[in-house]
Amino acid sequence: MSGLNQRLHTAGHRRDLFWVAAIVHRVSGILLACFLPIHFLVLGLAIERTAALDGFLKWTELPAVKIAEAGLVFLLAVHLLGGIRVLLIENLTWRPSQKRLATAAIGTAGVVALLFFLRAL
Amino acid sequence: MTLRLYLLQRLTAALMVPLIVGHLATIIYATHHGVSAAEILGRTRGSLGWALFYGLFVLLAAMHASIGVRSVAADWTSLRGRPLTILMWGFGVLLLLLGARAIYAVVAS
Amino acid sequence: MSDVIAVSIWRGRGEGRYVDYEVPRLDSQTVLDVVTYVQRHLDPTLSYRFACRVGVCGSCAMTVNGRPRWTCRTHVEKVVADGRVEIGPLANLPVVKDLATDMTRFFEKWQQAKGAFTPSKTRHDKVAHIMPASPARVEVDKAIECINCGVCYAACDSVRWNPDYLGPAALNRAWTLVNDERDAGNKARLAAVAAAGGCHSCHTHQSCEQHCPQAINPTASIAGLKQRTLGAYWSGALT
Ligand code: SF4
Ligand code: SF4
Ligand code: FES
Repeated sequence: MSGLNQRLHTAGHRRDLFWVAAIVHRVSGILLACFLPIHFLVLGLAIERTAALDGFLKWTELPAVKIAEAGLVFLLAVHLLGGIRVLLIENLTWRPSQKRLATAAIGTAGVVALLFFLRAL
Repeated sequence: MTLRLYLLQRLTAALMVPLIVGHLATIIYATHHGVSAAEILGRTRGSLGWALFYGLFVLLAAMHASIGVRSVAADWTSLRGRPLTILMWGFGVLLLLLGARAIYAVVAS
Repeated sequence: MSDVIAVSIWRGRGEGRYVDYEVPRLDSQTVLDVVTYVQRHLDPTLSYRFACRVGVCGSCAMTVNGRPRWTCRTHVEKVVADGRVEIGPLANLPVVKDLATDMTRFFEKWQQAKGAFTPSKTRHDKVAHIMPASPARVEVDKAIECINCGVCYAACDSVRWNPDYLGPAALNRAWTLVNDERDAGNKARLAAVAAAGGCHSCHTHQSCEQHCPQAINPTASIAGLKQRTLGAYWSGALT
């Protein structure tokens, strides 16, 4: 990390809305990067191995698979919203109040997405 | 991150926005209407449109994710220079191969 | 409201500890007043840095209750939590002793970002006319009041995670020169801020704009540099 061999005197900024938004974006990205190979692998494997469609269908009924896939969908939605936020901040001129509003709106959209996917499960 | 990686990262991100929306819409439609996997596969099999849509999606995602992984590793691990580049390319190629195989399974098999 | 403040101050270098002091509470007391009280009345070996005491010189920045601040313009009343104030050195910089940090790297990065004006004219030329309302000058105005305090640098996690990152202050300075019509150094400047550790290493955490005591928005300046370097890349001026 910093290589300065000193303790982190500063931590207050990690309570700020913007910082949290940035870190949620990063963490959702990391998780997506971890899940994506598995997602691809599952799609490829399931069809190859079972050859018959029935097997694949049964497989997707497994609760663990369902939850994992729903989680992936949720992460995707969150990462998408966070990404739109970054693109907008980097490429448009904003007044601070607007930025806060936009971040809050995007956060709300994320929560709505979560609720939606919990219901869809 | 350098200029070129930054540009690719933002470019792939922007291009993926409509693709992700389409992907999510498909999923939401399928779960809401109780479309079974069998029906989905029935529609995807042999469809050039699906193959192109997801082919592009996989390509962009592989580029975007591998640059992202490189950035995170640069910040949060002690990797620097060459190992970072290897990590980026390795992860990108892995995603590309697995993605291509998944598309093949869904569209062609 | 009790009439004393429980103050913890960092003593030592990178390795050190927080030491507790009790300081009488006064009206309109600043955090710098508190530190000064400790040094004058409780422990004369305490090291810290200040000069102007009125928010001009940028030398008094410290970490106050977990956030970087200019201490001469921060009222204790505003930051005290449960009667306590914790005062440490600025983060992301090596500690010389106690509250004094070594800002060498911080200023080296200003040089590295080509933060020095490159004249395009000589003293024999006419003085350039810059219209205050011109778009470029408006951009400069938004970013020019930096006092080099290092608060943004200490708040930035991108600096924390990537010690080679130039940081918000140096890039903000570069942005003011990029918009200076009289400056002739922009080719080298854009190349410098587009290199590894330059503006593209900013992850838009916006901690800098949240903490800058001068209400500057380095995130916006850096976004400007990102756009400008991309433009230069497209047009072939930057490879
Ligand atoms: S916006 Fe960029 S420079 Fe400012 S704190 Fe965040 S990462 Fe650092
Ligand atoms: S930009 Fe603001 S916080 Fe950063 S050094 Fe300048 S005055 Fe201080
Ligand atoms: S002492 Fe000069 S800015 Fe605080």
